[in-house]
Amino acid sequence: MSDRQVPPAYNEVGQHGVFPQASHDERARFNFLANMNSHLGGQVLPGVATAYETRAKSRYTRERGQEPSTRQQVRSCMEADGYYQIWSSMRRNTMEMRQQAGRSLVLRQINDINARAKQLNSGDENLQLDDSVEVPHYLSAVDIHCMPGCYYTELGPEDVSVGANYDCGLFATTAGMLGRYSDGGGQALAVWLKEQQELGFSPKRILDIGCTVGHNIVPIAQAFPDTEIVAIDVGAPVLRYAHARAKSLDVSNITFRQANAESLDYEDGSFDLVITCMFLHETSARALPRILAETHRLLSDGGKVLHVEQPQYGDDMPVFEQFMRDWDTYNNNEPFWGAMHDMDLYEQMETAGFERDKMSSLGLAAVVDETVFPPAANDDTEDYGRKPAWHVYVAEK
Amino acid sequence: MESNVGMDRADNELSVDPIAEAGRKAKGKRPQFFELEESERLMGILMAVVGELAVARERIDTLERVLDSKGVLEQSEIEDFKPDRDQARQRGLLQQEYIARVLRVVQQEREALEEARKQGPAKTLEEVSQHLGNS
Repeated sequence: MSDRQVPPAYNEVGQHGVFPQASHDERARFNFLANMNSHLGGQVLPGVATAYETRAKSRYTRERGQEPSTRQQVRSCMEADGYYQIWSSMRRNTMEMRQQAGRSLVLRQINDINARAKQLNSGDENLQLDDSVEVPHYLSAVDIHCMPGCYYTELGPEDVSVGANYDCGLFATTAGMLGRYSDGGGQALAVWLKEQQELGFSPKRILDIGCTVGHNIVPIAQAFPDTEIVAIDVGAPVLRYAHARAKSLDVSNITFRQANAESLDYEDGSFDLVITCMFLHETSARALPRILAETHRLLSDGGKVLHVEQPQYGDDMPVFEQFMRDWDTYNNNEPFWGAMHDMDLYEQMETAGFERDKMSSLGLAAVVDETVFPPAANDDTEDYGRKPAWHVYVAEK
Repeated sequence: MESNVGMDRADNELSVDPIAEAGRKAKGKRPQFFELEESERLMGILMAVVGELAVARERIDTLERVLDSKGVLEQSEIEDFKPDRDQARQRGLLQQEYIARVLRVVQQEREALEEARKQGPAKTLEEVSQHLGNS
């Protein structure tokens, strides 16, 4: 019992200037969800593989005369399996409960949060909104990861509610593994960039595409305060929140700008490093090649692009693993997830203009304060892409 | 979204009903995991109750710890508490009342079975209504 992993408590979550103030029970609600998600991933999920191996696969094989050979076939037999059903149902419910918990916390104090954001944002040139930017079809089709209002809905003028809701619940979904400011991904990128600097790669201008609340780019700005950074997103409320959040953390070298990454107005070669962090899978088959083409155009010679994602479903990935990794496509409102992971991103980058021999990959795990937060790098449970450990696609121009 | 959200023109602030707005449905059809829609619904309610019970337990734990830190009681007093016989009976009754409330639906199903055994199949309210309308 004594060495059981316990997620950190919600009161460890960092309180920046626009973070919602949680009551006792609101913190308890997130504590429950963090432990519930941890239990679902560590205790319930392993049984799904057992159910497949011991009964669902053999039933399929008996009925069809051959083993499932695609993830769609695995899905067809697993959806009838009672154990898979209860695991899926609980997982979906925790997602929905997390949204309700975040929204009730945020909305009861929304005028206060909006006022704090406004005070931090007012007159600051580092926040550049453009109401002519339209919501792309890949965001308006469904609310991404069951987040009501997605990243772009405004309840009124200068509203930041969807940003605050997104930020306050990251802790619960990852059971604290993203660290104090849910920025373990950005911290890991900052460590990578420090190493790159020692190898002679020192970007002067960095572009972060699809920045949402800025949690993945702020650690880089903090580690490289003299570097000029542009972070773009199509959603005004998340950008307002991101800028206020960054400013309250004393970060002033990021310009948060409302823009669509499919077509940007920066000159060719404007950036030395372009980053997308868990973003490409939230786009579409039409948008993704355009975005990759823009990253190529915007990079200076010798510049690098990093796409932080999960590994693609190749022929070398077992069909059961593909099926498990694909859960979010159908059950957590991530409709492009499956299609994107079927793509060969290296081929896509080649079409965008990058050369094969200048492409590589990189494993990255959330970097957190390990005295309090559990490090994903040390967690060897197979949870099919839930924990904050990523596959990074890298290309140099 | 309109119904629960508005602008208060006097102070230019949002007027939001957080109870109604917090649980808004995300755009996109909800998947069905179980064979029956009813099971989806019950599971949703059950998970929410499970979550809220966890919240209540954490609150009780906080209360005990605060009382302990103020010297009002020691947590060990709760662990070591031994009810006398009268208290034990009262607490037993509380447990029984709680169980009866939670399992009312099962108890009433049993009553219906007993009724049917004695009086034959129960008439539907449609049948009773028709009967009273004609007599």
